[in-house]
Amino acid sequence: MQKIILAILLGLSGTAFSAEETFPKDCAACHNISGPAAQTLKEAFGKKGPDLFYAGNKYRQEWLAAWLQKPKRIRPAGMYYGNHIKPGAKSDEIDASTLAEHVALPKADATAIAAWLMKLKPHDDLIAKEKIEPGTITKQMGEMNFDKFQGCMACHLIEPEYGGVSGPELYTAARRLQPEYMASYIRNPQAWEPKSWMPNKQVSDGGIQKLVRYLELLGKDSENAK
Amino acid sequence: MLNKLLFTIVLAASVQTQAKETAADNYRAYCVQCHGMEGNGTGVNIRDMSVVPRDHTDAKSMSGRSDEALFKVIKEGGTSISKSILMPPWEGALTDEEIKDLVQHLRTLCKCKFGS
Repeated sequence: MQKIILAILLGLSGTAFSAEETFPKDCAACHNISGPAAQTLKEAFGKKGPDLFYAGNKYRQEWLAAWLQKPKRIRPAGMYYGNHIKPGAKSDEIDASTLAEHVALPKADATAIAAWLMKLKPHDDLIAKEKIEPGTITKQMGEMNFDKFQGCMACHLIEPEYGGVSGPELYTAARRLQPEYMASYIRNPQAWEPKSWMPNKQVSDGGIQKLVRYLELLGKDSENAK
Repeated sequence: MLNKLLFTIVLAASVQTQAKETAADNYRAYCVQCHGMEGNGTGVNIRDMSVVPRDHTDAKSMSGRSDEALFKVIKEGGTSISKSILMPPWEGALTDEEIKDLVQHLRTLCKCKFGS
């Protein structure tokens, strides 16, 4: 046993100045990179960025590398929307002055950090439970399901100017996220984040497939529109 | 020694995950996004909604809902009382006890009781 630990330590020391050693402290200033997820609302309210300790279960590596070089806001009202809203004339409004931008990184750093993040996979068990079946959905049917049958538009944008803003925008979701992660998070948000403010809507297996297909379609559309 | 340590950690973790949140914090986390900072139904999400969220400060409409109906709609969502799908079920995020506390929180916002 001691030999194994020694071997591990030696292995680690051989990677001095690698991404694993230099990036975590910078990222950890705003992101949870070691887990577990916030267990209380007080912790959740204080989050400055999304948890990254399961980044390898969540993101697409090529998207991470590109986004880190040219970051663009994904959550219109910030990480916890309650910290970034103010009363407005007709409704509460986003207080843009409270939102901070993510630092842009050089290509080499972005690529190295993306590769490092993809190794963080503590939730392989949740991912393994999901299987995305091949299939298609029309944009019209997908949108009707998303808006009218599931009500997801209450909190999410499905295009830049349509939908709610307390959750992350979803027209880019499929470009950012692995399909099994989207399925798993829809199935049970609290399995990933006990204090997520996304409800578990008890969506059926078939319903989850429809939503993921729709998000994949939206992702392609938004990619083409760029 | 190791077993005792693990037991303590597991115990601490389970207590932490079961800690009850205050109704005010739960309202801030889950309700404000649609029902608004003031609870008057004008949350940051409402712009494109086909049905506007309930104004929790409206004593007239809130006194028309029993505590049981409020509990049910928070736990099981709008469709459980023939209301909008846009009001989701929160039972995956809230315990029954927390939902009961939220119902009482709503009563303080509307300054009303059922039937009053």
